[in-house]
Amino acid sequence: MISVRNVHKSFGSQVVLEDVSLEIEPGRTTAIVGPSGVGKSVLLKLIMGILAPDSGEILVCGENITQARSEQQKNAIRSSLGVLFQSAALFDSLTIYENVAFPLVEKSKLSRREIHRRVVEMLESLSLLPHAFNYPEEISMGMRKRVGMARSLITKPKVLLFDEPNTGLDPLVGQEVYDLISESRQKWGFTGVVISHELPEVFQVSDRVAMLLNGRIILEGTPDEICSSSNEAVQQFLNGKVDGPIKIH
Amino acid sequence: MNPLVLTENFGRRCIDLTEAWGKAWIFLFRTITAIFRPPLRLYLVATQLYQIGVNSTLVISLIGGFTGAVLAVQGEYTLSKFGATAFTGSAVALSLIRELGPVLTALMVIGRAGSAITAEIGIMRITEQIDALRSMAVDPIKYLMAPRFLAGLIAMPLLCGIFIVVGIAGGYTVGVGLLGLSSGTFMSQMITAVESMDVASGFAKALVFGFIFGWVSCFKGYTCGFGAVGVNKATTQSVVIASVAVLVSDYFLTSVLTRVFMAR
Repeated sequence: MISVRNVHKSFGSQVVLEDVSLEIEPGRTTAIVGPSGVGKSVLLKLIMGILAPDSGEILVCGENITQARSEQQKNAIRSSLGVLFQSAALFDSLTIYENVAFPLVEKSKLSRREIHRRVVEMLESLSLLPHAFNYPEEISMGMRKRVGMARSLITKPKVLLFDEPNTGLDPLVGQEVYDLISESRQKWGFTGVVISHELPEVFQVSDRVAMLLNGRIILEGTPDEICSSSNEAVQQFLNGKVDGPIKIH
Repeated sequence: MNPLVLTENFGRRCIDLTEAWGKAWIFLFRTITAIFRPPLRLYLVATQLYQIGVNSTLVISLIGGFTGAVLAVQGEYTLSKFGATAFTGSAVALSLIRELGPVLTALMVIGRAGSAITAEIGIMRITEQIDALRSMAVDPIKYLMAPRFLAGLIAMPLLCGIFIVVGIAGGYTVGVGLLGLSSGTFMSQMITAVESMDVASGFAKALVFGFIFGWVSCFKGYTCGFGAVGVNKATTQSVVIASVAVLVSDYFLTSVLTRVFMAR
């Protein structure tokens, strides 16, 4: 579904990604894990075409987003992607209803009546209907994530990208977000990519896990394979130890 | 300090400056082309016209009224030294129409609405709302910048018009009501002195200042740095750069427009 091939990315003299290759299989959820600041979110932005790699290529649903020259070409590829951002990235000036309707209003040729029907259906399925006319600042962070999810799902994307879905949430709300990801995947059947540094919690929504460290994917496998890995860095990260090959900056 | 390091620093500053200028011009080009690229979202332009224009009307009227009043007092004092207080009306009107109207309106709008635009877009940048737009295949330049830029171009001459009208009313009230000038003389001298070219020159300036306002405030917000410090810095820079650009361009515009209109 998504192929990341030999991608390099630097910002000035700082090398963030160095020869990263990764295959995201269709219909499954892949977690990209690693300590903070290793370039997980950069990789996500490269997949979305918001950033351009220095070299290498990224194919989304068979289309090479790195070779797309114009924004129009990139937009055509992005239409198969949905994103749930770290802070949900809801538009402050719009209500919950308007936020969820936004992608359809802006990018589809559906009638107002049809957009209304779909938005109400989506809000209802995520238990957001009572808050439809609240503004993002008036609801909790967990609920904002749900709205972000609703906004991503409304266009029925083939791939849904989650950027640190549990950052800033307490364990209960964090679990609620993971449950939401699992339920939504069962219901809408998208391919998922979850960026996270929360181990082992993220394993419950992952079919495969890739660990990013020092600009490279150092290990890839199922959650069980990651847990039983003898790789020192993986074990250090998994067990939250300060001493080990991963240096804390 | 080592001359090599000095040269290196100077070179780096030159490269950074050139890069920033290049980005600003590309941004301007993309914004202008986005205005003409369908669909034209009139409701977004109307919303921004309300924010920039309608919400600035009260403060613009207030400043305009008092500026006109001050001009009347100062004009009457200065002209009385030459026994020419009859020209107070024309002095007030010409000063407001040709110079103070466009410049003070621009400075007020930059301070009130320009800073708000930069802060709003900057916050949208740091909270990933702009990335969210792009992820939904919506061009942020088209959706956010073009309506603000266009609304600035429309609102600035209109606000300038309000400033001038209220300013003249303020000047008239003080000149005639408090300083005892003749109402007929005040009005007739003003009508005689002000030509259509003066009005055209004032509105041409307001249009250029609206262009600077939209360009600088949107660009600084769009290229805002990280976190609260980034938004703070971008907002400050936006107000300072736009205000300085208005005052510098005012000199050149005045020189050019005066020559153009005098030649006619």
